[in-house]
Amino acid sequence: MAKTVEEITEMMYKMISEAQGIKKLKPMDLTKAMKQLLGDEFDKKTCKLAIKNLIDTGRCVYTYFGGSFIELPHKEGAAND
Amino acid sequence: MADAYPKTPMLDELEKGKWPSFVTEIKMAAADNPMGKDLLGLLERSYREKIGHWKHGGIVGVMGYGGGVIGRYNDLPDEYPNISHFHTMRINQPAGWFYTTEALRKICDIWEKHGSGLTNMHGSTGDIILLGTTTDELEPTFDELQKINFDIGGSGSDVRTPSCCCGQARCEWACYDTMGACYDFTMAYQDELHRPAFPYKFKFKFSGCPNDCVASIARSDMSIIGMWRDDIQMDKDAIKEYADGGMDIKADVVDNCPAKCMDWNGKELTIENSYCRHCMHCINVMPKALAPGKDRGATILLGAKAPIVEGALLSSVIIPFIKMEPPYQEIKDLTERIWDVWCEEGKNRERVGEFIQRVGLGNFLEAIEVEPIPEMVAHPRENPYVFYEEYFEEDDGSED
Ligand code: SF4
Ligand code: SF4
Repeated sequence: MAKTVEEITEMMYKMISEAQGIKKLKPMDLTKAMKQLLGDEFDKKTCKLAIKNLIDTGRCVYTYFGGSFIELPHKEGAAND
Repeated sequence: MADAYPKTPMLDELEKGKWPSFVTEIKMAAADNPMGKDLLGLLERSYREKIGHWKHGGIVGVMGYGGGVIGRYNDLPDEYPNISHFHTMRINQPAGWFYTTEALRKICDIWEKHGSGLTNMHGSTGDIILLGTTTDELEPTFDELQKINFDIGGSGSDVRTPSCCCGQARCEWACYDTMGACYDFTMAYQDELHRPAFPYKFKFKFSGCPNDCVASIARSDMSIIGMWRDDIQMDKDAIKEYADGGMDIKADVVDNCPAKCMDWNGKELTIENSYCRHCMHCINVMPKALAPGKDRGATILLGAKAPIVEGALLSSVIIPFIKMEPPYQEIKDLTERIWDVWCEEGKNRERVGEFIQRVGLGNFLEAIEVEPIPEMVAHPRENPYVFYEEYFEEDDGSED
């Protein structure tokens, strides 16, 4: 059975948490990873909604370092108080 | 440093001369806002030391949005505390940059309350640029702007704020409703504008005719340029008026036609329209006598960019002519096919134009399901990227 938006959200959140501080992930990296994991069950729209979920709930944030990434909220080295 | 008005001998040089000066503007803002004073001090110091003091801050933004706020911090916050944070906000401009003075005043009032009061009207993508605020002021600014129906624009790897020429609002040469199309695409792609999901930025620019007043051919990934496909409209009496008025039609119009498809026998102007390159030269020189044809639409070009990661590119023709009628579904379907292929195969920070160069136009066209046609070839024998499979099948590579 196809995964729900909530399930994909959790799968993506886990990936982002594990990559935090090691590798910056772009939204497309998350979507491609889901495609690999889910095979025939993959649905692009559900992935888009899952990313929206992660951002709108504040669990993740967009960051910009030459390109746009999705990370856990954190204080950057460059930020002044 | 923050309280004293800084001495700025180097910046003062930029106030001399008869043109407007950004230094004068910052000084005016500094009279009421301590950010302006610190900005003058830091800028003077950068000029003196030849060192930039801005750090790029990557996380700031408003809730739910991934673009439109560009984080900036200075690296000397103890000396310039009022601009320790100095973030930029990009605000989606109205199509064609039409404002009421009331709207402009409201934007300025909001920005004086929440930021430095300094603006840049407009940034190179077209947005209203609000220069300099703190992280804490971003959400309150956004709230107030929304109340007067303004939204944040694009930045990062997303659809950048689409822009257009004033088109049919003011210009008789507009071959389609640029403002209508720009607004339609902006609304249709809100998600792509606010939630960066691409390998890099993607810009739409809409020009009503090949004069291309928004420079879409040089500055947008997808350039939608007004076009006609019938004959240039001619008013013979007006042509005679130009000639009687002393215009040298041969030298100023005919000889400058890049297609050499015009003729002037001293009395009558003729155009071999099938050779016309739609450059607009003759129409620009004789606006009362010539006009674009009546069968109007647009040409769609792809792939322009300024030199950032790699060199500059102009966009090239992908659809020679298409009627521009809402809801522009055919163009949206094409756009989404392009995004699918680019997102799937594009590298980080690779613009569509660079992607096409890397994979080859032939492969790209196949992937987006567009047939190669002669209009895509800039010069015969110069673009050997289109191969006809039937030719190879029939010929089978053997010599006659
Ligand atoms: S691009 Fe053409 S239609 Fe648009 S404002 Fe310029 S001249 Fe007019
Ligand atoms: S539009 Fe340009 S190419 Fe066409 S007839 Fe006029 S000058 Fe020649």
